[in-house]
Amino acid sequence: MSFDRTDVEKIAHLARIALTDDEIPATTAKLSGILGLIDKMQAVDTSGVTPLAHPLETTQRLRPDTVTENDQRDAYQAIAPATESGLYLVPKVIE
Amino acid sequence: MHEKTLAELSQALQSKTLSSVELTQHYLKRIEQFDGELNSYITVSPDLALAQARAADERIAAGKASALTGIPLAHKDLFCTQGLRTSCGSKMLDNFVAPYESTVTQRFIDAGAITLGKTNLDEFAMGSSTESSFYGPTRNPWDTERVPGGSSGGSAAAVAARLCAAATGTDTGGSIRQPAGFTALTGLKPTYGRVSRWGMIAYASSLDQGGPMARSAEDCALMLQVMAGFDDKDSTSVEHPVDDYRASLNDSLKGLRIGLPKEYFAGGLDAATADAIDAAVKQFQALGAEVKEISLPNAELAIPAYYVIAPAEASSNLSRFDGVRFGYRCNDPVDLTDLYKRSRGEGFGPEVKRRIMVGAYALSAGYYDAYYLQAQKIRRLIKNDFMAAYEQVDAILCPTSPTPAFKIGEKIDDPVSLYLTDIYTITANLAGVPGIALPAGFANGLPLGMQLLGPYFSEARLLNIAHQYQQVTDWHQRAPAGY
Repeated sequence: MSFDRTDVEKIAHLARIALTDDEIPATTAKLSGILGLIDKMQAVDTSGVTPLAHPLETTQRLRPDTVTENDQRDAYQAIAPATESGLYLVPKVIE
Repeated sequence: MHEKTLAELSQALQSKTLSSVELTQHYLKRIEQFDGELNSYITVSPDLALAQARAADERIAAGKASALTGIPLAHKDLFCTQGLRTSCGSKMLDNFVAPYESTVTQRFIDAGAITLGKTNLDEFAMGSSTESSFYGPTRNPWDTERVPGGSSGGSAAAVAARLCAAATGTDTGGSIRQPAGFTALTGLKPTYGRVSRWGMIAYASSLDQGGPMARSAEDCALMLQVMAGFDDKDSTSVEHPVDDYRASLNDSLKGLRIGLPKEYFAGGLDAATADAIDAAVKQFQALGAEVKEISLPNAELAIPAYYVIAPAEASSNLSRFDGVRFGYRCNDPVDLTDLYKRSRGEGFGPEVKRRIMVGAYALSAGYYDAYYLQAQKIRRLIKNDFMAAYEQVDAILCPTSPTPAFKIGEKIDDPVSLYLTDIYTITANLAGVPGIALPAGFANGLPLGMQLLGPYFSEARLLNIAHQYQQVTDWHQRAPAGY
């Protein structure tokens, strides 16, 4: 199995990554190579095997539902590209 | 000064034959002298380092020093260090000054250690050679035409060239152990959950672990003592008691059972490395250990499973880099989609983009079962292999890499051939078991590495085994010429 140009464009869109026209052929070739590698997993019959997500299989810790964080917006927004009145500015979303 | 071990430096500082300011200035001068060529540091922090050194000297004078007080360290540039650039080796974070301190670096600050700077790495820790960094490759001090390994190549080169007393690294698929193997260092990847990941910028959250890189197992023990421990702020941090890593360094290896996985010695391994491991087997036997063959039957599946799981988790973790709140933003975005796509397209390098896309594909509708779920099932099989092996042996001995350090540029154009070099290190990350890499010899002037893997939370035992080996060999004491 390998990728073609439309596959790569679709995946790039899913990942919200802009690929230039120049980048697409090399990316397609390299991604196809990687797909060839990961397809080796299909050789194994894993029926009946429980998936493992966390190596030690610990469960998520819970904590009391109380406020523990301080307002540090000024510190965090000091490094933002564009802010106004405590909000982050982005290009217009609503038509 | 720079040849002393951490314990010797601590002694010298506490007996006041040396001050932390002198020691720090010494390393800063060496960085200026040698790092132009090596490129092991992305950011050097002389003002911070000297301020910390003055405070350390005061603390020592007041009799309040601990083992690492006053000792100059370097940190891999993916630990958030408040007020200092934290770049992850990426254009995406070239302008990112961390607004908070990671737990790991905070622990070193609390111990009184000095931050000399932030070291180079493969971009977002994705790589095995440090060639994918936005800041250019780091050179191996043992042969500057060669890579120091990756992704913690900057830390490895800095420690090997004595541009810091020790350093931190991170290991997701071998990124501490493989560079340690390429540079004659000792590097340890702890059990998953042993060291806090809070403030350690995430690549693959179920695989990442921070750990020490130093010139000996004893030095690693001192570093790990500071790094290890439960952290409430990391929801994957484990509440397991922290051993006194130094106390057991001198335990006898009599009765220790060491396993050699037959799948790892079946071919594809450089002859000099195989010979070095054979010689190490004899050393361990002389030290009282029993060495026998074991099997990790699903070892070969580890690479495809890793190259699904890690990219899948990375695609999720790196979605936060969107040009909105911090980091790189493209010029003149026409709409929000353009902002996301071009900030990410321009801010990330090619390897990072490839891994994000592989991950997005493996998680996408229609492919999730065949790829991500299948990989998680293989992960279960690999963990089972280790659990079965540890019924028969106390530690597993194997190589760190199929070959010694390769040349800069040799593998970077073929991602798959680079991925295949991770064969010996990747299983430990999937299973979450700890591993220590240490030097096993040299061939044509290049370091040869080996590693020991242990059961969960056996870091003390691994350090002990490595330390005993280092009492009867001197590979770890060699230094590259010219530094």
